[in-house]
Order: sequence, then structure tokens, then C-alpha cells
Amino acid sequence: MSKIRFLLTSLTLGLTASFAAAQNPTELRMTWYDDGNEGQVLRDLLDRFEAENPDISVVVDTVPYSSGILEALPLQLASGQGPDMARVTDLGGLSEYFLDLRPFVADPGYWETNFGPFLGWMRPEGSDALPGLMTQLTVTGPFVNKTLFDQAGVALPEGDTTWEEWAELSRQVAEATETFPMVMDRSGHRLAGPAISEGAAFFNAEGAPALDDEGFRQMMQLMTDWHADGTMLPDVWVGSGGEYAAGNEQFVNAQVVFYMSGSWQISQFAETIGDAFDWVAVPNPCGPAGCTGMPGGAALVGIEGTEHPEEVARVIDYLATEPVQSEFYARTLFIPGHVGLAESGVDYETDSELTTAALETFSTEVAKLSPIAYDLQGYPYNRVVFDTVRDRLTQVFTGELTLDDAIARMQSDVDDGVAEAQRGE
Amino acid sequence: MATRAPVSKPSKPLSERLSGAFTWVFELLMNTLGLVLEPLQRLVGVKRMAYFFLLPNLLIFGVFILFPMLLNFYYAFTGGTALFPQDRPLVGAENFATLFDCGNFLNPNTCTEDRFWRGVYNTGLFILFQVAGTVVFALVTALALNRKIRFRGFFRSVYFYPVLLSPVVVALVWKWILQRDGLLNALLVGLGGEPVAFLLSGSWALFWAIVVSIWAHMGFYTLILLAGLQSIPKEIYDAGSIDGAGTYRSFRHLTLPLLMPTMLVVLVLALIRAVQTFDEVFVLTGGGPGSATLLIVQYIYTTGFASQIQRFGLAAAASVVLGATLLVLTLLQLRLGRSERPL
Repeated sequence: MSKIRFLLTSLTLGLTASFAAAQNPTELRMTWYDDGNEGQVLRDLLDRFEAENPDISVVVDTVPYSSGILEALPLQLASGQGPDMARVTDLGGLSEYFLDLRPFVADPGYWETNFGPFLGWMRPEGSDALPGLMTQLTVTGPFVNKTLFDQAGVALPEGDTTWEEWAELSRQVAEATETFPMVMDRSGHRLAGPAISEGAAFFNAEGAPALDDEGFRQMMQLMTDWHADGTMLPDVWVGSGGEYAAGNEQFVNAQVVFYMSGSWQISQFAETIGDAFDWVAVPNPCGPAGCTGMPGGAALVGIEGTEHPEEVARVIDYLATEPVQSEFYARTLFIPGHVGLAESGVDYETDSELTTAALETFSTEVAKLSPIAYDLQGYPYNRVVFDTVRDRLTQVFTGELTLDDAIARMQSDVDDGVAEAQRGE
Repeated sequence: MATRAPVSKPSKPLSERLSGAFTWVFELLMNTLGLVLEPLQRLVGVKRMAYFFLLPNLLIFGVFILFPMLLNFYYAFTGGTALFPQDRPLVGAENFATLFDCGNFLNPNTCTEDRFWRGVYNTGLFILFQVAGTVVFALVTALALNRKIRFRGFFRSVYFYPVLLSPVVVALVWKWILQRDGLLNALLVGLGGEPVAFLLSGSWALFWAIVVSIWAHMGFYTLILLAGLQSIPKEIYDAGSIDGAGTYRSFRHLTLPLLMPTMLVVLVLALIRAVQTFDEVFVLTGGGPGSATLLIVQYIYTTGFASQIQRFGLAAAASVVLGATLLVLTLLQLRLGRSERPL
């Protein structure tokens, strides 16, 4: 009797296992990071995709931005152990690992029309590949705490305002309200827009990175002076060692008047600040060469080493469709990296006037971006430039280097790094 | 007359049955091994069999330690950014030349790889004060805990407790204490003082990195020294006391010399640990402000892994230099230890 029961149980288990194996969908892994609520929105969209496509299942691995996306992912990709898809910001630097979706997507023309301006950032040189889609277009720019301005009785400036004027106004407000005047994310990317506004060219006539010009030096000098006289909160640049650091915490806690960051903070501010105080996105301050921020953003790309390129393309092609894109941007409060939506406008899901105004300000800033800013963003080794500017400039603040020495070090760091990357190619 | 129910044979207790099963499995395993090992022993002799027993451990050591070390050594002579060794061009001693290209070794600003030399000097300072501080505080604590004091068990646990914490937790806790609006500054302001930028000044940051590291690791060395103190026979102190030795002379002429072998072990372990320090300082200060607390291991990590252009060759060369320095220091210490005159 027990033998019969054993045989029947084994048979049932065997059949169940074979049936389950036959029904198992293809599992795709996506490495992702969050600035705000986009991971949650993405999951909702993927759930809908999976319901319509039961043969594919997408596992989203959410990792920290710095250690997961900037440090671990490049190593995984180089060793051939990467995910099937990933959300990345080092678009040019990692482009050799991206899957070309062109042979798999339903309508490459739709992709060229709607993602064309950004595809160049993520394509290897000379390629016409379709590596992925932007999950947000970002623009750097400042936020100010308007409530502190009101409390200090200082009017917000109108029209073009220089960096020096903003610094002076912020100092007045900070003095009256016992706060800190300014803070900037500890990032060379954030500093690049102001430097270009001051006249930095970033590239020489041959198109190679060149950091020693008057405009660049002027912005570095301003940052040095502001750290020396207490205009800039030191905690972020001086107190964060050799890594990227954001100043959003200090702004959210109303400790600073002026915060230089970018459009990706909007959804977070809408959530964390709410109506605790009036926060306003203001146009990028000006210098002699313009009033520009830096473009940027994150892209969702397929990874070339995937064993399921067709399935990866199906997922990304679904996420690229206009209705899905429209919902994604409406719920995440990001500036769309989709030309059609940028032209027709996104109906953002927010009742907050502050949020809507901030989105409008940053959308307007897109049109004012300098061509140098686009070139720098498209340069495949731009992170080398951004990182050395960030770290060497901090050494000036702490007295380890003079500004002259720091600029010479920045240039040699970039030259050595690029030469090393090109060795053996 | 009631009939007695037949008495069933009592079954063996569970522990006895488990023990029997274990013995059976053990014998089966040994007999199977015997099938292989007995002919092998006849072939190579009893004395050489030890090598076969060491083989599994040697294999693990070889695969996970020796092979990566050799690979690292090879990487130190290669360039480029490719990950796999076969894709990396050989560059000879170029990486070492870059590291040692200095106008003046005492001034990092004159070196091509100034961060490497800043890391070297910071690590040197860190080792000097952290190791000395750790050994001194551990010794004092062990001496105190070796006395018959009240709540001795409690205090022994308290001093050992930080050792159980993850370095990241240790660093985060101290960061909350030391940051501009942290607990220590709140206390200073509460007492009417001015807040101090503990983590925004280079010298303060290095000072606190050393203090935090001593606090986190001292308990482990205290425990080793305590064991050393307890192994000193009481009769020696009795004899010293008869000869008129007071507390200080007993400590100077009895405790210290007898504790010296244990101290040497503590010193070597503390030194190796200090050179390897990375996580707690990285979380506490990130190597900053500027590069004031950048240690050599963080330099290696940043150069090899955290930059967009990952210079594995340069990072590997720096770790070869670090490993060689550590080896020389350890051998020197052992040599000095051996030359200590026995009591």
C-alpha cells in the first residue's frame, strides 16, 4: 500500500514539476535605482506588461545609485555577469555593453523620432544602434527657499541674475534667518553648467578636454571664495570625502537658502517638503557666457550579454510606447526624455502649484542649454572630468592644493585617464 | 487473580539510536576512505600522509588566496582598463614607476600619483597612533580587568562589545555623534560652547578616525592581553613581593617581560589590522576632508573600482607595494621579538 502511495506521490510531483517547467516564463533581471517614486511606477507598468505577456517575467533589482550603478555595474558588465537590462547614467562610458534593439523593436522610426536627440549619448561612436530609452531627461538648476526670502524681507530677483548676485542675496537672507546661504551637490556635473556660464569651453580646438581657461578658472575661484567665506555650506563638498554627495537633506530641512541641484529633485521635494515651506525652482544664474545648466539623465538600456535579446527588446519597446511613457512621466514628475511628449506636454499628476511651477521652470531651461553642455554630456569620458573637478577643487578648499595646482592636476588626471582607457584598444 | 499484561521489550532511547546511526555512518565513511587511503599510505609511507590530509585546506588557500595574489602581481605589470588578464597589455614596471615618480617624497604635491603618497602618509600616521593607542589602552584595560574589581564580568563584556559591531555600524554611530549638528556638538552648545567642525577639518577628522578605530578594536586585544596576564603564575608575584618589589616594580620587571610574547602577537595583529583599515574610516569621513583621511587601501579601491576609468594595473601595483611593506614590517617585528632577552 505504502509503495503504491509512494509511486503515486512521485508521479504527481514529477508531472507537476514538468508542467511548471513548461509554464515558467523567461525571467529577465533589471538593475534599477530610484531618485523618487519611479521604481514603484515602473513596477506597476511591468505588472501590466507581464499580465499581457505571461511568457516574460521581469525582476527589478533596486540598488543604491553610487555603489550599485556607478561602481558595481561597470564591473559586472566587464566580466559578462551583468543583468539583462539596467538603468544607467554613464551613457557614453558604458555604451560598448549596450544591446542594439534595432533588429527587435517594432518600429525603429518611432524610436528615432522620439528618442533621437538622446540616442547619440548612449551609442558607441559611429553607430546607429538603438541602445535604450531615456527614463528621465534632467537639467541642472537651482532651488530656493522662498519662505526664507519672505521672512528676511528680501525680494526674489527677476530676469537674468548672475551667480554673484544670487550669492549676495542668499547671504542677506541667511544672515536674517540664521541659515546657510548656499549649497551645491558635490558633483562636477552640477558645477559644469555654472562654469560654462562663466565662459568655460571644456574642449580645445581638437575636441580634447581642456580645463584651463579663464571661464573655468573664474567659476573655480568663485567656489573657493564661497567656501572660504562661509557662503557655501561646507558639509557637502568638504565633509563628504571622495564621493558624490547631495545637498537635498539640508534644503529639505530648511537649513539653506539656495540649493544648486537639478530637476530630478522635484518629485522628492513634492513628497518630503510638501507645503512645509515654499520652494521654488529658479532659472540658472548667469555669467558672461550665458545662463546654462547641464543636461543629463538616466536611460534604460538592454545589455548585450543577455541570453534573451528578443524578450528584452519586447519589454523596452513596451515601455517606450507613448501611452506608457506618458503615464510614467505624469506619475514620476520627471521631464520627459521623449520628444513627442515634450512637444505635446505631460499632464502631471500633481495638485501642487509649487511642483507644477518647478517643472515649468526646468522645462524652459532645456531650451537655454549651451551647446558646450550637450557636448560635455555626450563625451564618453565625462565622468573622469566631473570626478576630478569635484575632488581636486575640494583639495583647494582644504588647503591641500592651490587653485593653479588643482587645475593642472585636473588636466593631467583627465589626460592620464583617457590615455589609459585608450591603451590596448 | 488478574493476569499481568505481557511486558514489551523497552525500545532504545532516541539518543542511543542516533548515536548508533552516527557510528554506522562514520564507520561506513571511514571504511570507504580506508579503501583509498590505506593503499596510498602503503605507497608513500606514514610520514608523507600528512601532506594528503593538508591538501583540502591547501587547495582552498590556493584558489582563494594564493591565486588572487599571483593574479594581482601579474595585473601590476599590465595596463589599460580591460578586466580579463588576457586582454591587458603588458607595461613592465610602468605602474611602479608612476607610483614612485616623485620630486620630493616628503611632499606629495611633487609626485605624479599624489593621492598614493597622501594615502601613504595618512596610513603611516594612522598606524603610528592607532596601534600605539590600541596597545596602550588595551594593556591598561586588561590590567584593570585582571584585578578583583566589582562587576568584573560586566566590564569585560562592555569593553568587548564594540568588537562585535560591524565597522559600518561603528562608523555611522560615530558620524551621528561627530557631525556638525551631531550629539557632541549639541552637548558642547548645551554647555555654552561653540560647535566644532570635527569632520570638516583635516586634523580633527584624522584624530577621530584614530579614536573610533581604537574604540572599535581595543576589546579584542584587551581579551588577548587578559589571557596573557592570567597565564603569569601568581608565585612569581609572591616571590617578587618577598624581595620587596612594589606595584610599579612588579609591573616593570615581572608583568611586562612575561607579557612580552603576548604583546608581540597583539602588536603584529594590530599593525596588520591598522594597515588594512578601510570600511570604518571610509564610512566616517570618506577619506576627506580633501584627502586628509585617505588611507592607502581606499586609494587602491578608488583607483581600481570607483573611478569611471578603472586603473586595475595601478591599483594592483599599489597593493603589491602595500603587501611588501607589511611583510617587511612583520618580519622586523618578529625579529625584534626574537632578540628580546628571555627572563
